[in-house]
Amino acid sequence: MKYYDKLIFELSKPGRIGYSLPSVCEKCAGTDSIPASLRREVPPGLPQVSEVDVVRHYTNLSQMNFGVDTGFYPLGSCTMKYNPKINEEIASMPAFAALHPCQTNLTGVDEIYKGIDKALCEITGMKRFTFKPCAGAHGELAGLMIMREYHLSRGDTNRTRIIVPDSAHGTNPASAAVCGLDVVEVKSNAQGLVDVNDLKPLLDDTIAGIMMTNPNTLGLFEKDIKEIAYLVHAAGGLLYYDGANMNPLIGTVRPGDMGFDVLHLNLHKSFSTPHGGGGPGSGPVGVCEKLTPFIDVNVSGFHGNFGVILRAYAYILMLGRENVKMCGRLATLNANYIKESLKDLYKLPVTTICKHEFVFDGLINDGARDGKKGAATLDVAKRLLDFGYHAPTIYFPLLFHQAMMIEPTETESKETLDGFIEAMRKIAAEAAEDPDILHDAPHNTPVSRPDETGAARNLILKFQDACGC
Amino acid sequence: MSSFHYFPHTSQDISAMLKRIGVNSIDNLYSDVPADYMYKGEYDLPEAMTEQEVRDFFEGLAAKNPKLKVFAGAGAYDHYTPAVISYITQRSEFLTAYTPYQCEISQGTLRYIFEYQSMICALTGMDVSNASMYDGPTAAAEAMRMCVAQTKKRNTILVSNTLLPQVRGVIATYAKYYGVTVKEIAREGGQTSKASLKTLIAQGDVAGAIVPSVNRFGIIEDLSGFADALHADKSLLTVYCDPSALAVLKTPAEWGADIAVGDAQPLGIPLSYGGPYLGFMACLKEHMRKLPGRIVGQTLDKEGRRAFVLTLQAREQHIRREKATSNICSNQSLMALWVTIYLSLMGPVGLKQVNDLSYRRAHYLQRRLLETGKFEAGFRDSPFIKEFVLKPLVPAADLQQKLADSGFFGALETEDGYVSFCATEKCSKADVDAFVNALI
Amino acid sequence: MSKIIEGLKYCDTHEWVKVEGDIAVIGVTDYAQKEMGEITYVDCPDVDDEFQKGEEFGALESVKASSDLYSPVSGTVVEVNEAVVDGPELVNEDAFANWIIKIRMSDPAELDSLMDASAYKAMIEE
Repeated sequence: MKYYDKLIFELSKPGRIGYSLPSVCEKCAGTDSIPASLRREVPPGLPQVSEVDVVRHYTNLSQMNFGVDTGFYPLGSCTMKYNPKINEEIASMPAFAALHPCQTNLTGVDEIYKGIDKALCEITGMKRFTFKPCAGAHGELAGLMIMREYHLSRGDTNRTRIIVPDSAHGTNPASAAVCGLDVVEVKSNAQGLVDVNDLKPLLDDTIAGIMMTNPNTLGLFEKDIKEIAYLVHAAGGLLYYDGANMNPLIGTVRPGDMGFDVLHLNLHKSFSTPHGGGGPGSGPVGVCEKLTPFIDVNVSGFHGNFGVILRAYAYILMLGRENVKMCGRLATLNANYIKESLKDLYKLPVTTICKHEFVFDGLINDGARDGKKGAATLDVAKRLLDFGYHAPTIYFPLLFHQAMMIEPTETESKETLDGFIEAMRKIAAEAAEDPDILHDAPHNTPVSRPDETGAARNLILKFQDACGC
Repeated sequence: MSSFHYFPHTSQDISAMLKRIGVNSIDNLYSDVPADYMYKGEYDLPEAMTEQEVRDFFEGLAAKNPKLKVFAGAGAYDHYTPAVISYITQRSEFLTAYTPYQCEISQGTLRYIFEYQSMICALTGMDVSNASMYDGPTAAAEAMRMCVAQTKKRNTILVSNTLLPQVRGVIATYAKYYGVTVKEIAREGGQTSKASLKTLIAQGDVAGAIVPSVNRFGIIEDLSGFADALHADKSLLTVYCDPSALAVLKTPAEWGADIAVGDAQPLGIPLSYGGPYLGFMACLKEHMRKLPGRIVGQTLDKEGRRAFVLTLQAREQHIRREKATSNICSNQSLMALWVTIYLSLMGPVGLKQVNDLSYRRAHYLQRRLLETGKFEAGFRDSPFIKEFVLKPLVPAADLQQKLADSGFFGALETEDGYVSFCATEKCSKADVDAFVNALI
Repeated sequence: MSKIIEGLKYCDTHEWVKVEGDIAVIGVTDYAQKEMGEITYVDCPDVDDEFQKGEEFGALESVKASSDLYSPVSGTVVEVNEAVVDGPELVNEDAFANWIIKIRMSDPAELDSLMDASAYKAMIEE
């Protein structure tokens, strides 16, 4: 990776063009004949650059980026597995790209939606899926709407509260709030699992349900799920399954069998579609039989992110019946392997077997001495970048002060994991020796640690803010 | 053991790893799962396919869809996509990257988002843009929530009847569960009625109004006086726009808007059966603390080099949880790159040319269609760029069938009995002639 | 060691109150600003907004955190300190000198339920 400091606006030169368009017939009226009162006063301040400028600029930008194809991403709760290339080829087929969303009689498209629906139902034990949600949080929102609609259909209008564990992803309480639900937090017990005793008194006729992540964000299987499902259902509530952590259950356990009534999947996590630097994803929502009448919540413009759905379907077809059972199992194997290989150097708050991910609570020896500050989780994360790895998810879940959440996924080989383990051990040794090596990291990246406080206090949010025009 | 090319484990690897962990089999790693939850059956999935089979399978499905030349809009526009875009967006450093939380190894993503924000601000005239929303309708729904948050105790949102049905639909969904009252601003002819707006404002409790710049009939709305009427009531104006048309049209800022939203699909994003598209959302500085979604800001690194970071994160769900401005996490980042490259290639001149070409084709199409005698004019003297409606004198279904038989898609029926048509720079004059001939 | 000023009233949510007639001048304690680290924004209410005792009236933000502010008394906002809105770092520099809002109290008797300096000191030292 090398530092490159241009913005496309800085390459601009009036008169330069990067487009190839038919010429305009000057005899016919164009947009200049629109009444002046409806037209903008000055043209927009867009760059004027040549095609080659554009290609080089964005190629240079790409070289300051790290992706799954660059290296290993041990990013907890994000499931950064390999993104198969055939998926890209399928998604970019011109015959699909040219379809207008209002077109009907599309037998091929219908078969795609039906096919992936059936496959996801089979993998999750649900009855039907909607594909309108465009991302995980969007799926959560849609799923919660379905739950509310179910209660309302029964005249059960008081169910406006939702239980969310303290270890939940931040999107859970946020989605609940957008859905007009009040969040009630349930505590984790010393084993890092939902505390059934804390849960019991919360269950009354104002509870719409509970949102659970299983395995949870500590990578632990909520083994009391049977009792939890029984209690919540007995109280008239529904169980929502946050599919962000579905990966270890692919081919092993079906959320529907555990009593979950509604769930979302992140096709950009468990089903191999690329994250694209933050999206587009896809967050299909699956429901059990009794919720099928409520599934069609209108949460996006058309049919969801069709291009992403195509990729995920291609992945499922490649995986097939033969390989599906190894997906979650190998992800779990990889996570436990790293955990066992590093627990002598990193604090492991919960020592039981994990599923696809686990959480360390910082270094055992952070190098703090004689008033010298020790190396924190942030410092370990930044030092990992120097070794060519992406950092784990850090300071989440909120249960621990130095949380470092590691998820390797099944597509990583033993050699890759060994390399990562070696780097983590080297970093632990460096911290013990001189934590400043970590404090100053990263050293080998295109930029060093940016001044984030400065960015938030002195806001420059667009090119025009910086140049003063 | 592994006979699948996405799983790199050999049986020796697995044995060695199990040994390190101290268990005998992989299934022992699931000993915390109640035994009756372990799935023991055979998954009813298709047999694993080879790449060749997957390709053939999808080619087969693609062939089952009629291949039609699109003369429809209704919120999805068939503009030309320059070759450069997919070439760059397929670069794995962009495609396979995660959200840029680790800024030191994400400067590529952060820079293009910053450029994207700058371009959205240039088009809309707004001060601050976020890094993207899912699509136009969800961006409008977020604007609804933002109006309510910003005006504190008010809880009614006014939504123009001339907005696309999918935009009104998604706003209604979000409003229902969030507990916001939606009132519809009536239309007067083909435009949002200012009188209706004023009547609704007088009823009180109004947090804001959402109105289109170019509406569902393709008509360019005259929004003069809208902002004044709302601001006098201390409520907010949100303008829903086609960003492509903003190359020539009055900006939301020039109309006095507080918030600008819309779908950036017309900026060279393929139709793709409705997605992935790109919602955009921008606002005036005074409202930016309530803006949902990610925002990139410029700063310096320790050596004083220009660097970019995600900023104002305290608004977001991973910090604020239930008090966040929105639940959005993943957005449509790669599509923001798509649009950033498109706008870089087009520049102000190219984007105007796209509009000029579309204008000519669409007006020619309108004239030719009226000449067939199968239509009456839709809304007379209403200016449009690429999309327009006509009153059909024959059933819309017959028109659509005739068009489909000749390989065209168009004459979409609106909720008020009009049929809509759209033409862009991608249609030649000959295409338009062939389209019209299909109806004769 | 966090600074504490005698003669002010304190809340368990780390706001301080200085009483000036029927006006409560409200800020956050030195302890609170240290816990937050570098403050990047102080989210303030508008003049004329009304709050009940214990109601959220704003928030402190840092790069990675946000902490809500709760009104120690009931009443109406009469003034907001624009200086801390424009320069949130002032709260880090001196949390007691840089107040955040002034509230005209509707029930000054509520002050009696707040802590004095020694009680607050005991609380944060726990």
